[in-house]
Amino acid sequence: MKAEFVLDEQVRVEDRNQGGHVRTPWYIRGKRGRVIEVLRPFPDPELLAEGGHGSPYRMLYRVEFRQCEVWPDYEGEPHDTLVLDIYEHWLSKDGQDGPRGADAR
Amino acid sequence: MHDDHNHGQGGHEYGPEHHPVQADAPSVEPQIALMEQALRELLLKKGIFTTGELHRSIERMEALDGAILGKKVVARAWNDPEYRSLLLDDGPRAIAEFGASLGLPEFRVVENAPTIHNVIVCTLCSCYPRGLLGLPPSWYKSKEYRSRVVREPRSVLEEFGLALPPEVEIRVHDSTADLRFMVLPMRPVEAAHLDEEALAEIVTRDSLIGVGLPLGSQ
Repeated sequence: MKAEFVLDEQVRVEDRNQGGHVRTPWYIRGKRGRVIEVLRPFPDPELLAEGGHGSPYRMLYRVEFRQCEVWPDYEGEPHDTLVLDIYEHWLSKDGQDGPRGADAR
Repeated sequence: MHDDHNHGQGGHEYGPEHHPVQADAPSVEPQIALMEQALRELLLKKGIFTTGELHRSIERMEALDGAILGKKVVARAWNDPEYRSLLLDDGPRAIAEFGASLGLPEFRVVENAPTIHNVIVCTLCSCYPRGLLGLPPSWYKSKEYRSRVVREPRSVLEEFGLALPPEVEIRVHDSTADLRFMVLPMRPVEAAHLDEEALAEIVTRDSLIGVGLPLGSQ
């Protein structure tokens, strides 16, 4: 399975109003982040929860977010960060891309 | 099996002594408890497992509590730069050196440095690397910790007695998917001469979650 996003790429988390066994927390939906690691395909947790084997698998990414962008009223420091693991079908490109074609790990 | 991937289990206390226990907060929501009982009885009746197997399984989980493998792992990483590299690159292989096959999902060790401090949480449920850290403390499972540490980590850490200088980046890892995390804390300067066994003694569980530091730090 080819990864759609590459290391350092700017991505946005889909802002879908979707329930079920979704592993994308509400607070991060619609937020912009940066891919810091391309993992590998994992069973889709949304399908896994309904029985079966979670097929098709979904590529999983570690995505870094700036706290001050996630929470407009964030009271910590501007360099504070959050890292979440997000499945590919919850991500889209965010305009200003990072270096295209960089080798994903 | 997902470590601690059981939903809706809100704990009721938060922080060792920093927060009053909410008197009216039940440890488990009644509806969840009822569902657990129904499911358990059904599985027993269908012969999926026996009562004996169930209790042995509970015993096994509880036995994990005392021995926190993560402490030994960190002590070795402090003492052996090659092991440290292996731990950061390939956690499961590093753990295998202790003869432990944790049955863990994949996991990452995230390393603290003078400019970065890592904290672990699972906002969705209470994922926790039990094989490395034993049973999760009840505050880790509380809604209060899970909701606040991603939003105001500095205040939460201060309530744990950990005031970090502004120049340090606080990096919160939310265990949302298939990875589990453990923090590799910084070795205290005072611990320069300790051997591996003594080092393991100063690693605290809280320092492996990121809400504390090893004994003798600062």
